[in-house]
Formats: sequence, C-alpha cells, structure tokens
Amino acid sequence: MKCNDFLKELTDYLDGAVNEGLKAELDEHLHWCRECHVVMNTTKKTIEIYRDNKIYELPDALRTRLHDAIMSKCRDNKSSKKTP
Amino acid sequence: METIQKKNEEGVTSEMALVLAAKKGDLDAFSQLVKRYDRNVFRIAQHITHNDEDAQDVVQDAFLKAYTNLEQFQGNSKFYTWLVRIAVNEALMRLRKRRTDRTVSLDEDVETEEGSMPREVADWSPNPEQMYGTSELGDILKKTIQGLPPGFRTVFVLRDVEQLSTEETAEMLGLSVPAVKSRLLRARLQLRERLSRYFKSNRGGDESQ
Repeated sequence: MKCNDFLKELTDYLDGAVNEGLKAELDEHLHWCRECHVVMNTTKKTIEIYRDNKIYELPDALRTRLHDAIMSKCRDNKSSKKTP
Repeated sequence: METIQKKNEEGVTSEMALVLAAKKGDLDAFSQLVKRYDRNVFRIAQHITHNDEDAQDVVQDAFLKAYTNLEQFQGNSKFYTWLVRIAVNEALMRLRKRRTDRTVSLDEDVETEEGSMPREVADWSPNPEQMYGTSELGDILKKTIQGLPPGFRTVFVLRDVEQLSTEETAEMLGLSVPAVKSRLLRARLQLRERLSRYFKSNRGGDESQ
C-alpha cells in the first residue's frame, strides 16, 4: 500500500468504517510509515479539538432574545392565518 | 398543552409528538422544538456565515420558515434534518449576499487539489490545546476553519462538530454519500495542515516553513 492509497481511506479509517481486511492493511502501512502515522494522529486530534472546544456557543441572554423574537413572529403568523 | 409540558419535564416527549402538536397550532410545543435545537442551528449558521448578525438572522428565519411550512413536513425524515436543511440554505443565501463578487455553493472549489496531499508532517505537541489560552485557541480555530471553502466547512461542522452521520449529512445538504465523504476528507486534511502551524512540536520538528 502506498501513502496515497492510505490517505484515500483515512476518513473511513478514523470513523471506524473500514472492513477488517482493509483495516489490517492500513494498520500495517501505519506501522512502518512515520509520515502517515503523524498525518493520521494529527487529523484525529484536529477532529477532537473542534469537537471538544465548541466555538460559537449561543450566549444565554442572546438565546432568550432570539427565542422571544421567534415565538412572537410565530404568534403573529398564527393570528394572521386565522383572520384572513 | 399541559400533557406536552409535563412529558417534557420528564424528558420523554418525542420530537414527533412535539411536531404533531405544533402542527395543530400548539405554540408551546413549537417553543420546545426551538429550545431543543437553537444552539445547534446557531453553531451551524456561525460556521457557514462567520458573521454574528447573519447567524442570528439565520436562527430566526430558519425557525420561522419551519413553523410556517410545518404543514409540508411529512415526517419522512427527522424534524431536525429538515430544520438543518432550511438553516443551511438560509446561511448560504446570506453568505452569497455578503460576497457579491462571487457565487457560493456547496460545490465550490471542490475540484481543488489543495490540501489533498499533506505537506506538513511534523508531529504536534502532546497537548496542543494547552499551548494557548481559551480565547486565543478559539480565535485560532475560527480563523483556521474560515479559510475553508463553504462546502467543506459545512460538511465538517455537520459531521465532526455536530456528529451527524454521513447519511444524515448527505440528506441535509442534498449531496450523495461519496460527495460528503470526499469533502469531509479534504476538510479534515486542510484543517490539519493549517493547524499544524500552531500546534507542531518545536522539538525535532522541521522548522523550514
């Protein structure tokens, strides 16, 4: 297996979506190829960092404001439907 | 509706029960749906638009659109899948408005080879997140993901941040499963490449860049 072939399977490998035979081949490639090992590890870390450090959280005050605005518009919409 | 309220306190009201009640005009039920998903919709909208005002508008418009079109929701997919599809379209529309010089679509830049081949192969520090303070780390992560084409970052945020399945992501974006997988691979590799600049280990690493 060449590095290119490994890379093509990287996403499925990290998602645990490869069959046993292919996994064994990929593991073997990782065993001797330091570069692919680093790429695999740092890609995994990339995913974890974005997953664990949720950027763009909705602050509570803004959340309440948005919720009230949405519900008020829904209420208007509902009453305008009732009285055509 | 009292029964809905009561059930929800116990955390057992199903999404479908809330949708059915909302369809019958129960605004409290719809309010529960908003509270259930507003954080996710905001996060997705922010990732796509990278603009605070736009993201807030997307949240409002997506929920309002869902409410007014609730009749058309047939229940073949999950309400959340349907809602995110609406939100993604709203977000892309706003992005297009801001970038009048170019079109924005999920297919943009898909043929680029950039980032398909890793160039940076220096290992990272053992705990890269600890190299920076929380707000500095947040800035790095935002700046890095902003550099990806919209189609790539949309797939990345749905699959890897919101942790939806490939199939769900494909359904939300109207893409095929192989298309989602190919965008996800490129998004992951490009983010990795760009983050290496900040996280690579200084000891024994290649400092030539």
